[in-house]
Formats: sequence, structure tokens, C-alpha cells
Amino acid sequence: MIGQMFEGVPARALACGALLLAALLAAPYVVNDYLLTVLIIILYYAYTGQAWNIMMGFAGQLSLGHALYVGLGAYTAAAFYVHFGISPWIGILAAIPIAIAGGAIIGFLAFRFRVGGVYFAILTIAFAEFARVGFDHFNWVGGSSGFFLPVANYAVSDLWNLRGKPMMFYYLILAMTVLAFVICRLLLTSRIGYFWLAIREDEEAARAIGIDTFRYKMYAVILSAGMTSLAGIFFAFFYNNLFPEQVFHISRSIELILAPIIGGVGTLFGPILGAFLLTGLSETMHAILYGFGIDIPGVKQVFYGLCLLFVVIVLPHGVWPWVARVLGIKERRS
Amino acid sequence: MPAEIYLNVAVSGILTGLVYGLMALGLSVIFGVIRIVNFAHGEMMTIGMYIAIAIFSAFKLDPLVMMVPIAAVLFVFGYALQASLINPFINRPEHSQFILLVAVALVMVNGLLILFGPDAKNVQTTYAFDSFLIGPLIVDATKVYAGGAAVLVSAALFAFFRFSHLGQAIRACADNYVGALVVGLDVRRLYALTFGIGAACVGAAGAMLVLIIDVTPALGPAYTLLAFIIVITGGLGSMPGALLGGILIGFTEAMAGLLFSPSAKSMFAFGLLVLVLLFRPQGIMGKRAI
Amino acid sequence: MSALLSVQNVTKRFRGLLAVDNVSLDVAEGEIFAVIGPNGAGKTTLFNVIAGVYRPDQGQVAFAGHRLDGKTPDQVCRAGVGRTFQIVRPFPALSVEDNVVVGALLRHRGLRDAREWAHKILRRLDLFDKRHQPASELTLPDRKRLEVARAIATEPKLLLLDEVMAGLRPTETDRMVAALRRLNQEHGVTILLIEHVMRAVMALASRVMVLHHGAAIAQGRPDEVVRDPAVVQSYLGAEAVG
Repeated sequence: MIGQMFEGVPARALACGALLLAALLAAPYVVNDYLLTVLIIILYYAYTGQAWNIMMGFAGQLSLGHALYVGLGAYTAAAFYVHFGISPWIGILAAIPIAIAGGAIIGFLAFRFRVGGVYFAILTIAFAEFARVGFDHFNWVGGSSGFFLPVANYAVSDLWNLRGKPMMFYYLILAMTVLAFVICRLLLTSRIGYFWLAIREDEEAARAIGIDTFRYKMYAVILSAGMTSLAGIFFAFFYNNLFPEQVFHISRSIELILAPIIGGVGTLFGPILGAFLLTGLSETMHAILYGFGIDIPGVKQVFYGLCLLFVVIVLPHGVWPWVARVLGIKERRS
Repeated sequence: MPAEIYLNVAVSGILTGLVYGLMALGLSVIFGVIRIVNFAHGEMMTIGMYIAIAIFSAFKLDPLVMMVPIAAVLFVFGYALQASLINPFINRPEHSQFILLVAVALVMVNGLLILFGPDAKNVQTTYAFDSFLIGPLIVDATKVYAGGAAVLVSAALFAFFRFSHLGQAIRACADNYVGALVVGLDVRRLYALTFGIGAACVGAAGAMLVLIIDVTPALGPAYTLLAFIIVITGGLGSMPGALLGGILIGFTEAMAGLLFSPSAKSMFAFGLLVLVLLFRPQGIMGKRAI
Repeated sequence: MSALLSVQNVTKRFRGLLAVDNVSLDVAEGEIFAVIGPNGAGKTTLFNVIAGVYRPDQGQVAFAGHRLDGKTPDQVCRAGVGRTFQIVRPFPALSVEDNVVVGALLRHRGLRDAREWAHKILRRLDLFDKRHQPASELTLPDRKRLEVARAIATEPKLLLLDEVMAGLRPTETDRMVAALRRLNQEHGVTILLIEHVMRAVMALASRVMVLHHGAAIAQGRPDEVVRDPAVVQSYLGAEAVG
């Protein structure tokens, strides 16, 4: 396992990775609360981006409905906590299966009935929209008027119930991001990862060399959905409020895929780099605009759009492959 | 409930559906010829709607009167978009094209948000509250005008593709890309024209729809999805299919709004989409191609 | 003679067009069998029926005693039938090595094992030096060899080759012929090939079948078949034995 993790990784890449990790571990002791929140957002997008990337970047299945899995995870764990006082760590045991069931239904229908490409993407949107409208009418978890977790000022962080200060959330999401990275790295250097790439590249050819493409595409959807639902739990307990209009909205799904696309679809560092770039730049811009007294809704999203345009036109494979070349680190497959 | 209510709602749904159909026609033309899924379609329509509102509030000019100039503006816009941004993406992978248009859509929605703010806007025409009485039916005048205009524009479009040289050239291009290149058609220009035509359709549809519904910037993505649903239901690339799909969705939405709750109507549209994708992926009028 | 592959009375229609018309053939274990015929004769359709892409309208396909028709392409491959595509389709973004490793992983679950096996195949097909290149950067002859290498990596008992010589220069054809012959002789891989290049067919095949308008019009030893009047008239004609 450990050997597989580091096999073929150039020393320079290891050094860069270690440096980044050290900086992230030390960050809460250096930065102020605002920056810590920004870092939490960055890592949140890095994590979700990594999870989405399994489906699109590895197995080539474009999902534009990942907000569905975030929402299912968020609502499940939050409902268990609010209604029964059950810790989110136990809530996971329900949240993951529910999100996986959602993904499995979509995957099964799409792959059995050969709904591919753009049609598949639209199908994923459709299911997220279903959930949005459904949860609007689901009064047990607040319906369209929102679902709220109890908030208080905590002197000590309660990790078991995920109630506490930003620093706890920071280390939690950092751990999740590192774990997701490790999982993706291991997957990519194993049989399943190779099979996914083959399916992404050419599904018919993949079938011709004996790959049960239905099964492996299902694995990708299930894994991606499960991982994304964990981000949902984090989201619920960090923000403490959930509105179907916001959680399941198509623009959430699009936000989730920006980081890996800008960073580099199918790469391991892409989602992380993309999240840093996107959130970092948008916060900087926000600060500048705020400094000039301009506070208009929509500016940030226009900026996202322009970033996306720039990257997709100028660096179609994302920023990371380009950075990696400049740094002299070549990720084996991108 | 008396039967007349159902009938009224059905007719009004079908009239709205005609406008939906025209909007979807634009998407269908673009896909049929360029094989690009315009993920910024609803956003282009909201641009048309806001132009109509801006003209109306400045000069009190009726959106239906201004439909042609609005369509012309959208045509230029669509032409420029295809010629500058999308043409270079013709041979890129599908997801790459998709993301390009998602980005364009993101800029459009939020550009409108910056320009016009998040509040709903509409036009108050002099006939806004008029209605026609046809036997037991009471139909809003706005919907009749809008639906009628949609039929006119669609008919013009059918005629264009059937009878004009340019329309035939575009169809040739759609049927056989390589063949079109071989006989010396300027495919990229035809693509730009096609995207312009698609944009003009959706712009005209916007000018009509603004009579019926209030517009907010957030409407864009919702109508992009609606256009997808219609086009996939009717058959991607089929022009009659788009119109038929529009009517079907307009009808479904209206009935769902009446029988259940208005907020659930998109669920029915999506339900229809899922069923079509699974059991008749080529759509009602489409030929099996995927 | 025990048949490894047995195709019996297979018929396949596409919307009324009769693509394969009641074709039967037996390929013995260890044999190299060629299917020739003009374009549109139904050769590739026949291949796709064997490979599980299409289900035959009538008839049966059996492989090593088991029914093959009705199975999916991946099941057919796992049963021991490898194939190439007429229009080559390597995984473009993957390196040459990884292309073959994916195939090797079918029967070698460990990556190390798979890579070792892939290296052997790459050496045999003269692709080892190019193993780090992305497949999309290869020349056509190299891509054709990669296609064969990937199919071999799945360790098939039977290899279906769809025009792997097309577009190759004569020297490259000879190289491919030599590689295939070694594969056949040293590893006992049975080969069923569709080929236009008669030079390769004559050099490799022990038996030949000629398809014309979906039907088999001749079957036998290559030297017999090329002299068959029906074959000469319908197919070889003026181009004769090229």
C-alpha cells in the first residue's frame, strides 16, 4: 500500500507535497479567523472536486448534479442530529448509503439504458432538481423554509458532535482532503483506476479488452457519491443551515466542478490547485471591490465564469499540468 | 372543479407551450447543425427578455412589436459567439464544449444580475388584463398573442430551411459535414449563421415570454433545462419535435400546476425527461441515432 | 480436428440489409484462418458477431465448447477472445505502456505482474522503446501494433484481427506477419484475421474463406482459393494476387 502510494513519484513532487502539507498543518496558528474560513472553503472545494473527479476525470462520466450527493449527506446527518441527537459520526452510517443509493439509481438507469455523454449530464441535473423540489416539500427537515442546526458559542470544541470553532472544522476538512487525495492516488495506481481510464478514453475499446464497463462505471458513481456525501455532512455542520433552493441548486453543482476543471480534470493535484486558485482569486477580488465600496451580487460568479472561459480556452487540460511541467514534475497520466 | 377550468388551463398551457417550443426550436437547430449543446440557451433568452423590458420602460414599445429587432440583436450576438468562441471548440471533446458554454452561461446570468439586480421585472402592456371569450373558454390575450407570434416565427423558420438557398446549405451541412466541406461550403460561417438563427429564435421567444412571466436573472438556468427537456422529449435535432415537445411540456406544467402545486411543475417536466431518456432516447419525433 | 471457434449458419441483418448470410466456419486450435472479400462483404459484421458486439439474428457461435452468441463484448474477451478494431482505437491519452497494461490487468491482478507481462509484449512488437509516449503521438503502423499488443495482453486463446495490415508499407507488413507467426507458433494463439493484403494472407493463413455480399463463396487453402473461378471473378479480378 505505502509502496504503491509513492512508487514512481519524483522526489521533487514529494518535497512539494510535504511542504504544502506542513504549511496547511501550521496555517491555523499563523492566519486570522477570516483567512482560516477561506482556507476551509478552499479545502471543501478541493475535497468535493477530488470526489467529482473520480467520476469525470477517471471514469469519464460527466456529472452536473453532484449537489444531490452533498444535499443527501447534509440532510441525512443533520436530521439525525437535530431530531434524535445522534452524532454525525454515526449519521455517516446512514448518509453514505443514502447518497450511494441515489448515485446507484442514476448510474443504473443511465448505464443500463445507455444514456451517455451530454444526455447523462442532463440526467444527473434532472435528479438533483428532483431532490430540490422534493426537499422543498419535505417538512420533516424544514421544507423550503430551511433546516437549522442549533448554534451556540462554544468554549471547547466537541468533535463528537461537530460543534465548535473553525479550527476544528479546518483540521477536519484538511484530514478529509488528504484522505481523499490518498484514496485517489491509490485507486489511480491500481487495477480499478486503469480500467476507469480505459473507459474514459474509449468505452468500446475498453469492453473489447474484457472490462465490464457497467460494473466499473457503477463503482465510480458509487464511490464519488459516497465521498461527496461526507462533504455534505461537513457543509451542514459548518454552516448550520440548509435550504433546498441553495443546497441542491444547479449552480452548487457547477461550483463543485469548477476547481477540478480549472486545476485539471483527471489529475490528482488539479482539484487542490484549482480550489486554491479559484477561491483565492475570488476572495482577493472581493476584498479589492469591497475596498472600493463596491458590493454587487453576481460579480464573483462573473469572475468564476471568466476564469473558466480563460482556462478552458487557453489551458484546456487545466492549470496543474502546466504548473507541473514548469516545476518539472510530471504526473504520469493527466 | 368544473370542466371549463381544466380546459382553460389546458389551452393556456398549450399557448405558453408554443412559446416554449420556439425557444426549444432554437436549441434544436443549433444542435442539429453544429452538434453543440447550447448550455447558455435559457440565459440567451433572459437577455432577450431584459432587452424587451429595457425598450419597454424607455420607449413604451410593445415587446411583440420589438420582437424582430430583439431577434436581430440576439442573432448578431449568437453569430459573434459562435464565430469567436465556439468554432474553435468544434473538434474538442464533448465535455470541453459543455464547460465552455457553462462558463458563457455563468457570465450571462451574473452579468444580468449586476446590470438589472435580482428583483423580478415585467412589462405592463395595455392589454395585459384583456381576455378572449370563446364559448366557455376564457383565454388571456397576452397568451394568445404570444402563442400566435410563436407560430408565425416557427413557420418562417420552417420556410427558411425548406425553401431558401442558405437554409438548404445549412441543412446540407448538418446532414454531411465532410460533404459540405468538399463542395466548398464555408462551414464555419454557416455554423455562425446557424447559431445566430438559434439565438434569434430564443430572443424572439424571450420577447413573447416576457408578456407571460416575470423575469429574473436566475430564470436563465431554469429555462436552459426546460429547453433541454423539451428538445430531448421531442427529439434532439428534429424541428417539429421541438414544437411538439414545447406544447407537451407547456400542457404538462399547466396541468401539474392545477392538480398539484405550482412549485411541483418542474418535477413533472423532469419526470417526463427521465422517462423519455430511458425508454425513447431518440425522442418522440427523433430518429434513433444514439 | 477439434474446432476452437465454431460459427454455424450465422445471419445478421441491418434493417433489411443482409450483412452476413448464413455463414459457417470452423477454426481449429492453433490455426491461422483468414476471411477475405471486397469492401462491404460483411467481414467486419461477422467479426462483430463473434466478438459480441452484435447478436446474430440466426445461427450460433461457439468457442471452446461454450456458446458465445448473446454474450457481451467484455464477456467474450474474458472467455478468451481478443480483438482489434479496423479503425484502430488505442486509449489516446494513455502511454503506450499503460495501453498494454490495461489489457494485461485482465488476467494479472497485480500491477507489477501486469507491467512485466506488458513489457514482454511491447518488446515482442517493437514498441518497448516508445512505451512512455502517449498513444496519440504514435504513427499509424505503431498504433496498429499497439492495437495488437493490447489485444494480446488479455492472453486470448483466439485473436480476431481486423485489417491490421491495411495502410502498412510492405516492410512493415512483413514485420507484422513475422510477429503474428511467432505468436501463433510459440504461444499457440489461434488467429482469425480479416485482411485485404493478400501478401499477408498468403504468408500466414492455413485456410481462407471468401465472403461476398455476406455469403461465403469459397473456403479452402489459400493457393486453392485464389484460383477458384468464382473468387477470381467476384473479388480478386484484375487486382489479382497483389
